[in-house]
Amino acid sequence: MTFLPYVAASYTLGVVVPAGFALAAWRRMRGASARLAAIDPRRARRAAAADARSQAEDRP
Amino acid sequence: MTVDATASLAPPRRNLHRFANPGRFLRLAGVVLPYLAIGGLVLTTIGLVWGMFFSPADWQQGDAVRIMYVHVPAAWLASAGYAGIAACSVASLVWRHPLADLAAQEIGPVGAGFTAVCLITGSLWGKPMWGAWWVWDARLTSVLVLFFLYLGHIALIRAFDNPERGYRAGAILALVGAVDLPIIKFSVDWWHTLHQGNTFSLTGAPHMYISMLWPLLFTTLGYSLVFAAIVTARLRAAVMERRIRALLLARVDERGVAERVAA
Repeated sequence: MTFLPYVAASYTLGVVVPAGFALAAWRRMRGASARLAAIDPRRARRAAAADARSQAEDRP
Repeated sequence: MTVDATASLAPPRRNLHRFANPGRFLRLAGVVLPYLAIGGLVLTTIGLVWGMFFSPADWQQGDAVRIMYVHVPAAWLASAGYAGIAACSVASLVWRHPLADLAAQEIGPVGAGFTAVCLITGSLWGKPMWGAWWVWDARLTSVLVLFFLYLGHIALIRAFDNPERGYRAGAILALVGAVDLPIIKFSVDWWHTLHQGNTFSLTGAPHMYISMLWPLLFTTLGYSLVFAAIVTARLRAAVMERRIRALLLARVDERGVAERVAA
């Protein structure tokens, strides 16, 4: 293959840059989701309601 | 003929403000995101492998033409990303859409990254073909200006203590800078450039052999989906971070009120 170093460098860049952005975005999203789950009262209420429903279903 | 004057005053039922509700946006983005990410990954991989190993080499440029499968999608997304920022700026300035400013802020760094990829791969293509890493050609220079516009937009948004003022200034810069987009597109027609002319046009057939066109279409569509997935994920994170800030501020306020009552 002619000009291989140039082609290889371009492909490397074309994979590494989007992959880096994607990884950073995914980590940021997971972090934000975990922090929000810890402090959001609406999520806590929803989780409590789900627990209450499952306990009610378990009762004979 | 009678015209109902109140009809035009009624709020439109189906418009972009449906997605202004952060909860609704988070739910929709959560559904769409996996499809964008997986679709983008699959199409980009197919396009890159096809372009690298199965598409023919150019009779003049040899295998250097394979750089096109990264360079052209990056160039397209550099322009499309900035057009997206300009569209968000219109939505922010005209309709005060609450997510438009956040979207513009989150598109900026990704667009700048793809513009950098376009410039560097162009340089890597130019060295073996033109004998120079860089020439002050109209197409190259206008894309470099686009890169600086991206950097300016990113910096300007963060330059103010009041985020609303930063968003407003960024939106105005984005709209003024959008003038660079037609210059990029038509630079090869308006000036004699070292960069080749447009391969694609709205009215004519593409000036490219079909076995090179298919992998290029795959990588272009794939990279576009990857770009959309990255921006959606960043926007999703930004919406959640805004809600976290609001909740924490509300707690601080409540604590302050409680302390004052106790005192």
